[in-house]
Amino acid sequence: MSTDAFPALSLVPKSDVELSAKDFKTDQEVRWCPGCGDYAILAAVQGFMPELGLRKENIVFVSGIGCSSRFPFYMDTYGLHSIHGRAPAVATGLAVSRPDLSVWVITGDGDALSIGGNHLIHALRRNVNLKILLFNNRIYGLTKGQYSPTSEQGKITKSTPLGSLDYSFNPVSVALGAEATFVARTIDSDRKHLTEVLRAAAAHEGTALVEIYQNCNIFNDGAWEPLKDSDVREDNIIRLHDGEPIIFGANNDKCVVRDSSGHISVTDLATADPAMIITHDAKAEDPGLAFALSRLDDSRSLTNTPIGVFRDVTRPSYDRMAQEQLAKAVEDRGPGDLQSLLRGSDTWEVS
Amino acid sequence: MAKQVIQLDRVVIRFAGDSGDGMQLTGDRFTSETAWLGNDLLTLPDFPAEIRAPAGTLPGVSSFQLAFADHVITTPGDVPNVLVAMNPAALKANIKDLPRGADLIVNADEFTKRNMEKVGYASNPIEDGSLEMYRVHAIPLTSMTVEALKEFDITKKEAERAKNMFALGLLCWLYHRPTEGTRAFLEKKFGSKPEILAANLKALEAGWSYGETTEDFSIQYEVRPAPMSTGTYRNITGNIALAYGIVAAGQLSGLDVFLGSYPITPASDILHELSKHKNFGVLTFQAEDEIAGATSAIGASYGGALGVTTTSGPGVALKSEAIGLAVALELPLLIVDVQRGGPSTGLPTKTEQSDLLQAMFGRNGESPVPIIAPQSPSDCFHAAIEAARIAVEYRTPVFLLSDGYLANGSEPWQVPDVATLPSIDPNFATGPNHTKDDGTSEFWPYLRDPETLARPWAIPGTAGLEHRIGGLEKADGPGTISYDSENHDRMVRLRQAKVDAVASTIPDLEVDDPNGDAKVLVLGWGSTFGPIGAACQIARRSGIKVAQTHLRHLNPFPKNLGKVMKSYERVIVPEMNLGQLSMLLRAKYLVDTVNFNQVRGLPFKSAELVDVITDVAASLEETK
Ligand SMILES: Cc1ncc(C[n+]2csc(CCOP(=O)(O)OP(=O)(O)O)c2C)c(N)n1
Ligand code: SF4
Ligand SMILES: [Mg+2]
Repeated sequence: MSTDAFPALSLVPKSDVELSAKDFKTDQEVRWCPGCGDYAILAAVQGFMPELGLRKENIVFVSGIGCSSRFPFYMDTYGLHSIHGRAPAVATGLAVSRPDLSVWVITGDGDALSIGGNHLIHALRRNVNLKILLFNNRIYGLTKGQYSPTSEQGKITKSTPLGSLDYSFNPVSVALGAEATFVARTIDSDRKHLTEVLRAAAAHEGTALVEIYQNCNIFNDGAWEPLKDSDVREDNIIRLHDGEPIIFGANNDKCVVRDSSGHISVTDLATADPAMIITHDAKAEDPGLAFALSRLDDSRSLTNTPIGVFRDVTRPSYDRMAQEQLAKAVEDRGPGDLQSLLRGSDTWEVS
Repeated sequence: MAKQVIQLDRVVIRFAGDSGDGMQLTGDRFTSETAWLGNDLLTLPDFPAEIRAPAGTLPGVSSFQLAFADHVITTPGDVPNVLVAMNPAALKANIKDLPRGADLIVNADEFTKRNMEKVGYASNPIEDGSLEMYRVHAIPLTSMTVEALKEFDITKKEAERAKNMFALGLLCWLYHRPTEGTRAFLEKKFGSKPEILAANLKALEAGWSYGETTEDFSIQYEVRPAPMSTGTYRNITGNIALAYGIVAAGQLSGLDVFLGSYPITPASDILHELSKHKNFGVLTFQAEDEIAGATSAIGASYGGALGVTTTSGPGVALKSEAIGLAVALELPLLIVDVQRGGPSTGLPTKTEQSDLLQAMFGRNGESPVPIIAPQSPSDCFHAAIEAARIAVEYRTPVFLLSDGYLANGSEPWQVPDVATLPSIDPNFATGPNHTKDDGTSEFWPYLRDPETLARPWAIPGTAGLEHRIGGLEKADGPGTISYDSENHDRMVRLRQAKVDAVASTIPDLEVDDPNGDAKVLVLGWGSTFGPIGAACQIARRSGIKVAQTHLRHLNPFPKNLGKVMKSYERVIVPEMNLGQLSMLLRAKYLVDTVNFNQVRGLPFKSAELVDVITDVAASLEETK
């Protein structure tokens, strides 16, 4: 694919040579538990990177802390493994000051939504040119299995022997509420879908949040099983395609409709009023539909879980506007002259 | 009417009024006129934490003290010779500082029953004899201003608001200050409101004429210019000087400056100032909190910018983990802490030196960070450049410990010639630095410079140097993750040794000991330089032999510090905390110190320090 497919990366230098997935692998031994969903995501990202056509020295992976956040060590690009929850803020400083870089953030459900919730929502609303991959395994993996902000209520873990009491976050709803311009969801084991979503995220100017349902086979095995088990998954997954009516099911027999009160719900295609079937519109300025779609699923049974791009709208990115302000200042006032700055306008002479 | 003119060598004026009375502005204007005349000066603004406390109450009192002289001075004065009190609250809050015989100018209009009740005056102090020991000038400032402005098409409220200009005009007359600068200032400020402008100019003039004509003031004062070395001067506050130092550090290193900051008193003005200088490649980012302020700056430093974060004590507490990350990453990061009263929210608008140990030790693990402290408002400029130099050349976070007094205080500053400023070398890595067994070369991000122990700074965009780093312990050299115990022990020591190595680039401590025979040394750090210096001079005039030295580098200490301390019989350490520097000194050098500590939110008064010096010197005599 030509690099023109990624106009959002127009400021990042292009590679002179064709790179392959292998070029993005480091010699570090990968230390995730065997069977962890993170392996599949790593392979998908390494497989996708060459498609960007960028010089790999201009790609940076920034992460927080967690199993997922070990990711940068396995990517042969520049990488920064920061502190718990702060990766979006670290990456903001980097992306804002270096428009010639493609900056990716790797984070977990605890990293992004507990300790780092504040940084996540502010990065999203600022629309900094960051691609945030949130590995959601609904558990704290690295600290050995405490419940997380995405764990379903009542979850029995080491820290909640009688069941967790908190109501959970839906990361897509959170992002949409935080003014995100790009929000998508995908699944670790669906390489093709995951790659498609990465492609859409990379093409987006500004912050892109990609929630990746990831299996932690040690502390929360099977958390996403209804979306993975080939017997049932197609009845549970709603694949969103921009501009297309939202129809799904193993036999394409279900659809999403809007009733007269404006409420959206899932119904049988056979009995649905065709006029009421919703056509997905990721480009809609109003995030209302995207938000309503993010509320469709049952967070326990995972029925009616939409995946794909919920929202993809265009707004100038923070870093672009910041760089424009700098350029404009030079244009208006000329490059700064230190001596005259120090002198100021109110001086006197002693002779 | 020609009036008698008396020459004075030094005057201390305090303007005090309600927060809404414009006292800071009045003080600033008087300062500018005074600077322009060539006096040496120092200022001490003191304002409440509340933006607008209820009018006329004690918490709402705002004041601005200024000392000016025909000689070099180092403090804004212990006590004022002149107090301008715009209302009963301002009088009540400040009268205790006024020495017998001083001039007291009060706005008589404001001494109404209601206003006096608000602050607990049962009878009018102007009339009940309680101010007998002062030279009281009770002037109806408000009504005279309103009267002078009656021909203008403005509301009574607007006319009353100009009373600070009336007061300023009067003071300018009294001390022979020009008013041109203030006129120009008003023209700029009220250019779009011609009627308000005209009224303010008129009030200023009316105040001046009042001085000239009234019998109340029979004497005018003059303070000659102070002898200063030739050059161009301007007046500057600590926060502005510090911001300029950061801009300069960017220019001197050729690095873009990235400031990640979250507003907090008394540091916000640095953010405000830096945000004006985008044409110097200074990018300012108002983050969602202090953690993001520090971490975004770390991200920018990773990308090859000079990452800076500015805050006060509570913000430093939030940044601690990020500063530890910068220690582990070994990346430049300039952390500016404009200290204020603590703990917790404490005294936001008051000064204190109580974050030294937080800067030194306020992180998990062995996490050494160099610390620099400026000693005067204008010195914030050079201290910022020095801090940036160490940060860049040693790849380390560096603390710059200013404080509320330096931040808002101002003094004349001889504008430096930029050609004389030091250059800072970022020395980015450009290629591999290590040869593998098979003869091919590779990049080791933690292969240190043998002399400085600094690691190479390879920034994204540099082909072939792709590497991954983070907060996990790294193998000495290759920089890959290492849990090896011997390696960790070595890396902890290397990080410490790198910070210690900074000492080889800092000058020896100089001691001011005029005859070289003093037995008492006063050792301070940061903003106490001025009061300590003044106190030593006063003590010497009364025959006491005392030496002074002042620390700019708090970590590492200058190499000769231990020797200096050991060559005096008594070392007095005055600090605006409960003894933080002295704790470090005692621990490191096993030398006892005589501590003098105050945490009143205000700078030391020289007189108090003179007493301490006198007592310590006397105790030495007795033990002989
Ligand atoms: C300041 C701080 N607090 C706590 C921790 C411990 N900690 C490390 S990772 C983590 C949770 C990780 O969960 P998540 O983000 O979901 O990542 P996962 O391991 O599941 O990929 C915690 C609590 C830490 N490293 N730093
Ligand atoms: S604990 Fe879970 S998330 Fe972490 S590496 Fe193992 S399987 Fe993966
Ligand atoms: Mg997790």
